[in-house]
Order: sequence, then C-alpha cells, then structure tokens
Amino acid sequence: MKLGFLVDLNLCMGCKGCEIACKVENEVPLSSWRLRVKYIDVGTFPDVKRTYTPLRCNHCADAPCERICPVSALHYLDNGIVNVDKERCIGCAGCVMACPYGAIYIDPETNTADKCTYCAHRIASGLMPSCVVACPVEANIFGDLEDNASNISKYIMEHQGNVQVRKPEKGTHPHHFYVGGGEVQLNPLASKRIEGHSLFNNITHLKHVGGH
Amino acid sequence: MAHETIDAMNAVVVLDVALPGIVWPWFVTMNMWAKSIGTGVLLLGLYLFKRYSAETRDMKLPITIISFVFLSIFLLFTLADLHQPFRMINIFLHPHWTSPITIGAWIASGLMVALTLMLYALYIKKDEALFDKIFVWAFVLAIPTTLYTAMLMGNSTARELWQTPVEFVQMMLAALLAGSATLLFFNKKFSYELNRDLALVLFVSAVSSFVIYMGEYIFGPGKAEEVAATLAYIQGGSYTGMFWIAMVMAYIIPAVLTYLSIANKTTTMLVLASASALVGLWIAKHVWLMIPQLLPMS
Repeated sequence: MKLGFLVDLNLCMGCKGCEIACKVENEVPLSSWRLRVKYIDVGTFPDVKRTYTPLRCNHCADAPCERICPVSALHYLDNGIVNVDKERCIGCAGCVMACPYGAIYIDPETNTADKCTYCAHRIASGLMPSCVVACPVEANIFGDLEDNASNISKYIMEHQGNVQVRKPEKGTHPHHFYVGGGEVQLNPLASKRIEGHSLFNNITHLKHVGGH
Repeated sequence: MAHETIDAMNAVVVLDVALPGIVWPWFVTMNMWAKSIGTGVLLLGLYLFKRYSAETRDMKLPITIISFVFLSIFLLFTLADLHQPFRMINIFLHPHWTSPITIGAWIASGLMVALTLMLYALYIKKDEALFDKIFVWAFVLAIPTTLYTAMLMGNSTARELWQTPVEFVQMMLAALLAGSATLLFFNKKFSYELNRDLALVLFVSAVSSFVIYMGEYIFGPGKAEEVAATLAYIQGGSYTGMFWIAMVMAYIIPAVLTYLSIANKTTTMLVLASASALVGLWIAKHVWLMIPQLLPMS
C-alpha cells in the first residue's frame, strides 16, 4: 500500500475548510500550519483571477527530511506516510531546511518538528484524513496509489496529461499530486510576495515558548 | 522561467501564512566558524610538527588547547541551536546513518576524545610520543569534522546555492584560512620560514575561496532559478553590503597583506591579515548561511 493525495485545483474554492479541520484534528498551535491554502491573484484589473492552492507535506518516496533526520524521528510507515515521532525529535531543524516544499515547521509549544502526516492516526483507525472529510467539493482525493481501483488511481488515469507534482526536478518523487495546477500555483518563485499587502496584514510568528 | 511569467501574469500572493524566516540562525554561523579554527590548527599543526619539529615543540600544547576550546565552542553552539538540547543523546542512542548530522556528531565527538587524550598525554603524563600517536588520529578526524557541514548543506534540497562538492572545497579552505590565521598570531615565536609558509597558506586559501565565491556570484544565476533568486539578495538585495564587507575582510585584505609580507620578507602585517581573515570569515559564512533561507519554499 502506498497512500497518496491528489487535489483538483479546478474544484477548490478556497474555503479553507480543510485548513481548519486539520488545525482542530491535530491541535496545530497558533501561527503554525500543517496544511494551508494559499491565495494568488493573477492578472491586472479588471481581468483578474484568484487561484487557491492547498499546500501540505508531499510524503515523498525519497524524502530529504527522512534522510537528514539524525534520530529517525521522521520515518516511513508501511503505507508510505512520512510520520513524525515528536518524542524522539531533537529539534535540529535539519528537516525544515531539507524539505523543498516548506512543509515542516518547529512546533512552538513542543519545540519539535511537525508536519502533515496524512492524519496517520485516523488512517490507522480506518478513517479518512480530516481535510478530506471537510472538503465540501471533494477536491481532496486520497487513497492507495498501488490499487488500480482506488479513487485516486482512477482520478490520475482520467486526468493523465494534466497531473502535476511540485518541483519534480528535485527527485523527491512526491506522493501528492495536483490536477489543473499551473506555474503560478506550483512554483513559489512564479508570484510576487509583497509583505504588508495581503488580505491580513502583518502576519508574523508567535514567539516560541522554549528554544530560541 | 518563473521570472518571465511574473511580469506576464502579474501574479501576487494575497493571502498566505508568514514565511518561516531564518531557521538556522547565527548560532550555526558560530558553529561553522569555530569549527574552522578548531580543525584548521590541527590540519596545519601536523605539517608544522613534521617540517619544523624543533621549532614547534612548544606549540603542541597551545595548538591542542586552541583546538579543544574552539571545538568546544562549536559543540556548544550546535547544542544551543537545538530546540530540544537535552535530547542530543538520541543521536547516540538512535543514530540514523544517512544523516550528515549523525555522522558529524559521532566524528566530532571522537575528535574531542582524541583532543582530551592529547591534553592528558602532554599535560599530565608528559609523554610526547603518546601525544604524537594520538595527534595523527586527531588530524584524520579533523578532516571529516570540517567537511560534514558541506554534506548537511548539500542535503538541503532546493537550497540550490549549497552544492556539496563546492561546499566541501569551501569548508576545507575555510579551515586552512582560519588555522593559518590563528597560528600567525604566534608569529613572534616562529622563524621567518615558518611564518612565510603560514602566510602562503593564508594567501592561497583566501584567493581560492574568493575565486569560488566570485564564480558563484557571476555564473550562479545561470544554473537554476532558485540560485538566481538567492543571489539577488547579495546582488543589490538586503545582504549586498554584508557580502562585500566579508569578501574584502576575509579574502582581499588578507591576500594583499600576506602577499606584501612575503614579497618584502616581513611579518609585521601578518597579525592584521589574520584578524581581518577571521572576522571576515565569520561574516562570509553568515551571509552564505542566511540568503538561501530567505527564499519561499512553497
């Protein structure tokens, strides 16, 4: 079994339901995110379009975070999920630096690395990840990539030619796919990031409880 | 590719979380800088002890102490940089051997054991033969200790500025530069020939490092868009001034002063060259550590 994720960006309407469900399910602290939906405006008024891109851990088959972790706190589960053992993590932030997708953060409460685990605890109980359950338009498709009959495998088959991963050139072989994504959604260097001019200005981090 | 589409599409991020910012702060700069000194004096020490054995006999204890102190600073800052420093023990209890951090921690610990034994052999047992035997092991361990950070940086996928082969060379040059600069503070105790050799090492390592940095500066943007975006921070961006201060202090001033010293057969400018090199090296390491962290990864 190799679990994978696919987001159909044609369906996503940026409601952030997945983001909130993830925060609640995993008790993600303020100022930290396992999953976030990024809004990017494209074009010049009045010819403008807003795009929404949910971003989470890609659960790479060749994960740089797993390779760099000195204590195997980041490790593979048999189903392909890259999981985190927060009790073992030493907080070196090597994984944060190694991840080409910016998907790992240092939890300000526990001072350890954390990230999306595809809700591994829910999977173990036979449940879907919370973000999948919360999505009102079923833009999140989750399942076994090795099972031809799974929803995700069928979706990939149906949309072949229009299925992308982020930064394929890094050789990480992500298990997270997008349908309908363009350069702007998948490449962080393809958009301008003007701090202080977003919908919520002055977004900053909370001070860590411990550490530095 | 992305650069061209920005203007064409006028794509602007309008809602997102804050970027993580600097994850590895100046603690890591301090780590690399102190490590360069601690290993550099050992790397040059072997040459000095072989080539100028009579003259450098008194230097065995100072070199060992300098290495011990700076490697302790390196380990202290490594520990301080951890968000869970008390769990450092996990590296020894649950080592993950694909990680350069694990390899570095084990090798650096081995080097500290060797240095402790060297101090014991010299200061307590007063056994120079034993010191010389252990020193060879310390020399061997000093090489991977100084190089492992390059592996670590190279493993930082998408921080394309850091490429392992080049960083290997830069780490070794930094160790030779820092080691020669530190030993040149003792120039009054040394003969002209010994000072000349150290000045030559400082000159060659400074010029070589500078050439590599300039190679990255000029040709780097053509390698990948991430490199171009990273180098923009020192090509008119927020780290431009700091980068050039580092280049001048770490490489240009020491190269000029050591050249003049060798050409004029004098040692008066070597202390200034050394001080400039050590301060500049810290700044150079810092800039190179910071700028790839400023890029948005997602």
